[in-house]
Amino acid sequence: MNTYVPILVLGALAAGFAIFSVDMARRTGPKRYNRAKLDAYECGIEPTPQPAGGGRFPIKYYLTAMLFIVFDIEIVFLYPWAVSFDALGLFGLVEMLLFVLTVFVAYAYVWRRGGLEWD
Amino acid sequence: MDHLIGALIGAPLLGAGILLVGGRRLDRVGHWIGCLLAAVSFGIGAALFADMLGKPTDQRTLTSHLYSWVPVGGFRADVAFQLDQLSMTFVLLITGVGTLIHIYSIGYMAHDENRRRFFGYLNLFLAAMLLLVLADNYLLLYVGWEGVGLASYLLIGFWQHKPSAATAAKKAFIVNRVGDMGLSIAIMVLFTTYGTFSFGPVFAHATGASQAKLTVIGLLLLLGACGKSAQVPLQSWLGDAMEGPTPVSALIHAATMVTAGVYLVTRSGAIFNAAPTAQLAVCVVGAVTLMFGAIVGCAKDDIKKALAGSTMSQIGYMMLAAGLGPIGYVFAIMHLVTHGFFKAGLFLGAGSVMHGMNDEVDMRKYGGLRRYMPITYVTFGLGYLAIIGFPGLSGYWSKDKIIEAAFAKGGTEGWILGGVALLGAGITAYYMTRVMVLTFFGEERWEPAPDPDKTPGVEPGIEVHPGELPHPHESPRSMTIPMVILAFGSVFAGGLFSINSAFLKWLEPVTGHSEGHSPVSTWEVTAATLVVLVVGGALAWAQYGRRPVPVTAPRGSLVTRAARRDLLQDDFNHIVLVRGGEHLTRSLVYLDHSLVDGAVNGTAASVGGLSARLRQVQNGYVRSYAVSMLGGTAVLVAATLLMRAV
Amino acid sequence: MTGTIHSLWTTAADSATPLDKIPTPKIEYAQLSPVLIVFGAAVLGILVEALLPRRSRYIAQLGVSVTGLAAAFAAIVALAADGYASAKSHIAAMGAVAVDGPALFLQGTIVLVALVAAFTFAERRLDPLAHGRRVDSFAAQGSTVPGSEQEKRAVRAGFTTTEVFPLLLFAVGGMMIFPAANDLLTLFVSLEVFSLPLYLLCALARRHRLLSQEAAVKYFLLGAFSSAILLFGVALLYGYAGTISYGGIADVISGTAKMTPALANTTANDSLLLIGGAMVVVGLLFKVAAVPFHMWTPDVYQGAPTPVTGFMAAATKVAAFGALLRLLYVVLPGIRWDWRPVMWGVAIATMVIGAIIAVTQTDVKRLLAYSSIAHAGFILAGVIALSPDGVSSVLFYLAAYSFVTLGAFAVVTLVRDAGGEATHLSRWAGLGRRSPLVAAVFAVFLLAFAGIPLTSGFAGKFAVFKAAAQGGAVPLVIIGVISSAIAAFFYIRVIVLMFFSEPQPGGPSVAVPSALTSTAIAAGVAVTLALGVAPQYFLDLAGKASVFVR
Repeated sequence: MNTYVPILVLGALAAGFAIFSVDMARRTGPKRYNRAKLDAYECGIEPTPQPAGGGRFPIKYYLTAMLFIVFDIEIVFLYPWAVSFDALGLFGLVEMLLFVLTVFVAYAYVWRRGGLEWD
Repeated sequence: MDHLIGALIGAPLLGAGILLVGGRRLDRVGHWIGCLLAAVSFGIGAALFADMLGKPTDQRTLTSHLYSWVPVGGFRADVAFQLDQLSMTFVLLITGVGTLIHIYSIGYMAHDENRRRFFGYLNLFLAAMLLLVLADNYLLLYVGWEGVGLASYLLIGFWQHKPSAATAAKKAFIVNRVGDMGLSIAIMVLFTTYGTFSFGPVFAHATGASQAKLTVIGLLLLLGACGKSAQVPLQSWLGDAMEGPTPVSALIHAATMVTAGVYLVTRSGAIFNAAPTAQLAVCVVGAVTLMFGAIVGCAKDDIKKALAGSTMSQIGYMMLAAGLGPIGYVFAIMHLVTHGFFKAGLFLGAGSVMHGMNDEVDMRKYGGLRRYMPITYVTFGLGYLAIIGFPGLSGYWSKDKIIEAAFAKGGTEGWILGGVALLGAGITAYYMTRVMVLTFFGEERWEPAPDPDKTPGVEPGIEVHPGELPHPHESPRSMTIPMVILAFGSVFAGGLFSINSAFLKWLEPVTGHSEGHSPVSTWEVTAATLVVLVVGGALAWAQYGRRPVPVTAPRGSLVTRAARRDLLQDDFNHIVLVRGGEHLTRSLVYLDHSLVDGAVNGTAASVGGLSARLRQVQNGYVRSYAVSMLGGTAVLVAATLLMRAV
Repeated sequence: MTGTIHSLWTTAADSATPLDKIPTPKIEYAQLSPVLIVFGAAVLGILVEALLPRRSRYIAQLGVSVTGLAAAFAAIVALAADGYASAKSHIAAMGAVAVDGPALFLQGTIVLVALVAAFTFAERRLDPLAHGRRVDSFAAQGSTVPGSEQEKRAVRAGFTTTEVFPLLLFAVGGMMIFPAANDLLTLFVSLEVFSLPLYLLCALARRHRLLSQEAAVKYFLLGAFSSAILLFGVALLYGYAGTISYGGIADVISGTAKMTPALANTTANDSLLLIGGAMVVVGLLFKVAAVPFHMWTPDVYQGAPTPVTGFMAAATKVAAFGALLRLLYVVLPGIRWDWRPVMWGVAIATMVIGAIIAVTQTDVKRLLAYSSIAHAGFILAGVIALSPDGVSSVLFYLAAYSFVTLGAFAVVTLVRDAGGEATHLSRWAGLGRRSPLVAAVFAVFLLAFAGIPLTSGFAGKFAVFKAAAQGGAVPLVIIGVISSAIAAFFYIRVIVLMFFSEPQPGGPSVAVPSALTSTAIAAGVAVTLALGVAPQYFLDLAGKASVFVR
């Protein structure tokens, strides 16, 4: 248990500092607000204007992002197979083809149903 | 042959099914179907009887296992039949007398628009009664027992538009319920004691149980028998049951169903033999009922109720005999059979008289009918001679034996029981002579028929001409033929049974028999019986035959008045049971409302309240759900760690 | 260049012994065929969506789903007949998937449930015609904003979301692996494989779409939360044992395993085991809707399209209890003295709270949700027994319960008014007068829920309580029986409402379903009565299938 004591102490210190800072800032800091200060923080750029009525991003953003992840992960699997291609032999080839095939089935679905058309 | 046993029950059951489901379209042929199937059943019974006679004595028992009804672990109830000499006797009586009464009913019920339904119920009764006597275990017997109870209820209340019939049916049903409760508890105790319902194993190990348990079983079986056989203290329903159509009174409430109690005691002989206390109780009940029924029978003016009192008394004889153990079983059953003949004959005769007398039941308004209804007169007369035990006729053979057996019980008990039985024979002669004289002799005391619109107690469909004097006439052929056949039975059955002790030898393998040691010799008993018989008959003749009979009954002595009210049985029941029960239920209802309902409602309310409060937690916010999950995880992890710590 | 990479690779793996080859994995295709068939059918379903014209998709999807599920069931039966449920049971796919009695029994149950559920998914007679076309219970186009112009356009164009069939199949595939998973990663992956399609299915209701989407989001968020907890538990268990295989962890717990030197610091640290084990169990308890992880159930059951609710309530419970059984019986029996009291507490809380809250429910679907929570508690009582009887009773209960649930929700889809399904209980008043058959069928299901003899519910409850009592959990059984009595109150109340109340004027009507839903309901009734009248055969079957392979 002794090995964990420093970590716990560090955690307590960090939490204490965070609470202390926020609280002190609230107590001591001047309160002069303007529009820029009250805006949401988006990595330093101008916040994207939100459409009226709740605000939704077009679903296309998500689709594109998900497609990217799907193929990204496909590559992650392809890479070690490529390295050990000789060792895995025919079994590896067939399995990999099946794997790629299933990913392409998803691709075909997205493509045929218009998921790749931006407008 | 053994699969025929199923057909024996199946035929009337099929008839009941066809007639009750078939509906109005069968109205015109219904009674023929009913008669035919009853006759088929009798035919099968006769065939089985012939087959049985051809076998050696020790191989006469037939068994037939249909299927396992409820097989659950160690609990096993089979639909299985057993046909031995005892059951065979009942089968022939039930189907034989049953068929005759079916035929009689064709004429008797000719004007009733519900005749088809009536025959359906009669068939249903036959099937249930056959099931009762053919069952090879107590559970199936109980099914038959309840079945005859149902049929009896339906038939007593057949004219349910008459309030008295509806009430009588209800009364019979409720009083029987008390007995049935006894029987059902007896069966449960039997099962816990022996681990089976089947007759064979139970009787084989009967003596294995403790004396206390045997006595309890015996007394509970007796309670069941009292209910069905109208024995004191559950006798009160039988008189009212006469509200049913007369063929029903003849078949169910004289010849067959009411003897089920005697069957039960005889069948369970092995248990009663091992429980002397219970056996003595059977004797006492039989003796008390014997006197009770006889006294009631003396006072009734209603011909059917007088006969009902007589039935009660005669079953008392059988019960008394059955309670004597092996000395009496055979004679109990023998008297049961001969009684089946002559009492059915007497009831049919009474029905015939009523048929000819505008449905009048008051004997004081009969008189001199022998000239108008000769066949009825002769058959009824032969039945009368049989029941009083006129030497040579059926009743003489069977009743004498019971009186002898009662003396043979030995000791003070033997003297008391024998004395009661002897006295009962005298009273029987008195009240039966009274019925005979009032009905067939003396001057004609007929009165104009009542207006059916004003008096609801008149059977429907019978042509009644208000204000006119009745025109007594002989009944149609369909009614007289069964009466004649039954009269033959009344005359000869007892003698046939006694030739060479045929009946004794026939039944002995099942019931066992021992002679006992009578302190008085056979001829002494016979002589004494004849003396009381003559005295009783002469008294009645002196009272009713020599003097004119008043049409309205005189007030009579205190005893007479009590006897007319069935020896105050209903008053007793009302005061002790009904009032007491009312008080009990009222206090129970109060308790139920205040305590039980309070607790239940309180619980329900608190569950509801708790539920409503717990619902608040389900607020629909996913964040609070997540918090509860987090908290739950923390608690679970902590608890798991804690389990290790402690 | 390649040489450098290669050396880097091997150095990273293990400096002492150079890695020469990745061993070729051995996959037992035949023994995994039930799952593979279902996934194959699902992929085929996606191709159908991609390649077939819109109007022929429905028939094609229904055909693919039913054929695939039927083939999978045939494969399961063939495997069981071949002895894989008993003598030949073993662990396939390099230690990832167990092929044994419980796995095959539960997979068979799940596939049958899914087959019946597919019929309710395909029902197109209940909703009124939309612009002249028959429509099912699912949204015309899931991506359109509820109430928007696009939605109206999609409805007018007669779109239907036939993707529900492949989604169903993917979920079924995941559910089939879940109780068969023999290592913690397979457990987690299969959990996600069946959860994600369910989240989507929940969001696809044709009516009350906002409610449906809200339910899906709640389910997703809480499901993700529980997955995270489970994954965290998996990590802790790996830290404890140095392996994720069920058998390996069990060996470490019993002290019969060889230590991995690299993990000597953490291996066999019991806090890791207890915390990790508890967290994995929490992840599974979430799926079976045990208190206090049950909060999602009523909201999701109410919001999801009713066919989906029926499928989810039935099949998820089967799969999750299967996984819980395997975890507790194969991995953690060595620390049963630690988890049993805790599970006692969970079971009691689940039974009692499920039954009590159900008393004041006014919505049929929420009522059934709380009933499913209470039933989870009853099943937990059997799980805790930790005996072969416990396993077989739970297997039987799951089979019985899933068909009752499926049937009950199928009946709910029939009672409709202008706004779709009329789920408020007051609307069901007097249903027995107007539609005696439907009300009688629903009454049968309610009686089965209540555990009245001659229904499967009684046989199941009896078996579970008997196993629990024999396992020494008599207090649990007593509380279970009391909860059953409370629960019976609200089931009977619904029956009374249906048969002894006056029908409301303008109340809901009972839609006449096509052969599809009729078949589903008939199957539910048939199984309920068959398992109630002659439970012994199925109890024997479950008894034969109650041994886990290790």
